[in-house]
Amino acid sequence: MTEHNTAQNSEGARTAPVEFTKRTDKTIIKVADMHKWYGTFHVLKGLNLDVKEGERIVICGPSGSGKSTFIRCINRLEEHQRGQIIVDNVELTNDVKQIDTVRKEVGMVFQHFNLFPHLTVLENCCLAPLWVRKVPKREAIATAMEYLDRVKIPEQADKYPGQLSGGQQQRVAIARALCMKPKIMLFDEPTSALDPEMIKEVLDVMIELAGSGMTMICVTHEMGFAKTVADRVIFMDQGEIVELAPPEEFFSNPKEARTRQFLNQIL
Amino acid sequence: MSLPSELPPRQDIGVIGWVRKNLFSTWYNIVLTLVAVYLVITSAGPLLNWVILEATFTGESATDCSGEGACWLFIGQRLNFFIYGFYPDALQWRVDIMFGLLAVAFMPQFIERFPRRKWFGIFGLTGLPLIGYILIPGGWFGLEEVQSSRWGGLMLTLILAYVGILAALPIGIILALGRRSDMPIIRGMCVVFIEVWRAVPLITVLFMASVMLPLFLPDGVNFEKLMRALIGITLWQSAYMAEVVRGGLQAIPKGQYEAASALGLGYWRKTGLVVLPQALTLVIPGIVNTFISLFKDTTLVLIIGLFDILGAVQSTITDPAWRNVTTEGYVFVAFCFWIFCFGMSRYSQNLERKLDTGHKS
Repeated sequence: MTEHNTAQNSEGARTAPVEFTKRTDKTIIKVADMHKWYGTFHVLKGLNLDVKEGERIVICGPSGSGKSTFIRCINRLEEHQRGQIIVDNVELTNDVKQIDTVRKEVGMVFQHFNLFPHLTVLENCCLAPLWVRKVPKREAIATAMEYLDRVKIPEQADKYPGQLSGGQQQRVAIARALCMKPKIMLFDEPTSALDPEMIKEVLDVMIELAGSGMTMICVTHEMGFAKTVADRVIFMDQGEIVELAPPEEFFSNPKEARTRQFLNQIL
Repeated sequence: MSLPSELPPRQDIGVIGWVRKNLFSTWYNIVLTLVAVYLVITSAGPLLNWVILEATFTGESATDCSGEGACWLFIGQRLNFFIYGFYPDALQWRVDIMFGLLAVAFMPQFIERFPRRKWFGIFGLTGLPLIGYILIPGGWFGLEEVQSSRWGGLMLTLILAYVGILAALPIGIILALGRRSDMPIIRGMCVVFIEVWRAVPLITVLFMASVMLPLFLPDGVNFEKLMRALIGITLWQSAYMAEVVRGGLQAIPKGQYEAASALGLGYWRKTGLVVLPQALTLVIPGIVNTFISLFKDTTLVLIIGLFDILGAVQSTITDPAWRNVTTEGYVFVAFCFWIFCFGMSRYSQNLERKLDTGHKS
């Protein structure tokens, strides 16, 4: 994975970022009849989703619809109570070893960045490769610089997160996740906490990443991003997947009334 | 056409400006300033007289003291006892080496640009206690053994505080983590430990350790009194430390745990690399506060018959050969404690500044 990933970066990414080339038929994430409760509150009600390797999926929906909870289940930051989640052939259960195996391959970007404030940007990026992947230090630093370069802030490497703007912090967070060379990237409302002028710089990085063939699942309200990048768009409401369709169809000809109502409100 | 910029009005800047602004700005400020100046002048004079001008520094015995000022001669004459207790004169070089190493390990910590000062600090926390363990009691490598009952004075105070501090911090951290654990048995044990030890006065702990504990131990098993006191102090202190550290752990946002988990860091790495460094930095003031308290609380070992510096001084001021040296003795003890506690306080402020990365996530 890592090899063809970097190969893709060099050619495909720069020339035609959104034009998508590599897709296998391999299912990398399989969610089957997955339920979750918070106490007695039924948050997720029987979700089903197959994600192919290299696919880019955007999840939207009103707040409280369970979309964040859904993607947080995929790397087990939240646990599900019924059904199955299989990520890269590993099923998520209470087995800590399996959870760790999955988390190694799944990068996550949070709404509030969650950078480690006591470490510099470079140290943030090197931490997990050094301690989880056991990569030699020199190599970890080289990889980190490569990704910081890719998110266009190599010059901030020695600063602390507190010294950066929100947009810069989020780009560091993306680089930090990429340094683990994950197979899948999860984005949990990555631009929601940003000032409007910083949203674009983060979206640009994400679009570039999408062009490189990364499997991405992205919870966002940026419909422009969904139109350009997504292979499929999911609309969630009240813990259910209401609509699942390619973007052309999703935006121009939504089947469900609830989807139409939502789209009217935000577009 | 622009006018050249002028200097600010003279009465607003410099010493005069400061004095006007801070001391004589209103009529009640003027009154307060004058009263304060009067008090300082009337009390500083006699104090200076007592401490320095009329004090006796040299001489042989109590008769050399003039009686007007402080009799510092007394401190000088008994200094050996105040520092080493009953430690044999001929072997005091062993203690001196430890004092020297202590200075070597910790003085660099106050000098910002000292090369490799981190390693000096690490030596202070690892090598130093090890060397002390061999050197001070002796009995190894042909060193003559010195029973712990003969240790005393400042040396004993430092041993009690140093061991207490050094051992209580890691135990406290483990207890704090245990108290926040998801595992009910571990959590329960930590809660019980902390709540029991924290609710007991140190005097009781020391008394139990020295008097009651030997009654419960089987025949033939016996620790020295000092060792029992050290264990008591450490356990008692670690309960306090645990709560201070827990305060720091609770201040770390959930997002930090999630980000670390999402990167694949397991519990120990997450705790050691992400959570604890931030949590401990946050509670440096609390930790040092606890250290300072412990340092002063070590004087309580007096009640179980150990002669720390306060005990040593107290036993000497009742010596009939020296009359009226009570004040001098206590001032000396207070000064010794102040030096060490103030040093810890300065160091902690230093550390806080250095570790502040200007961001609370």
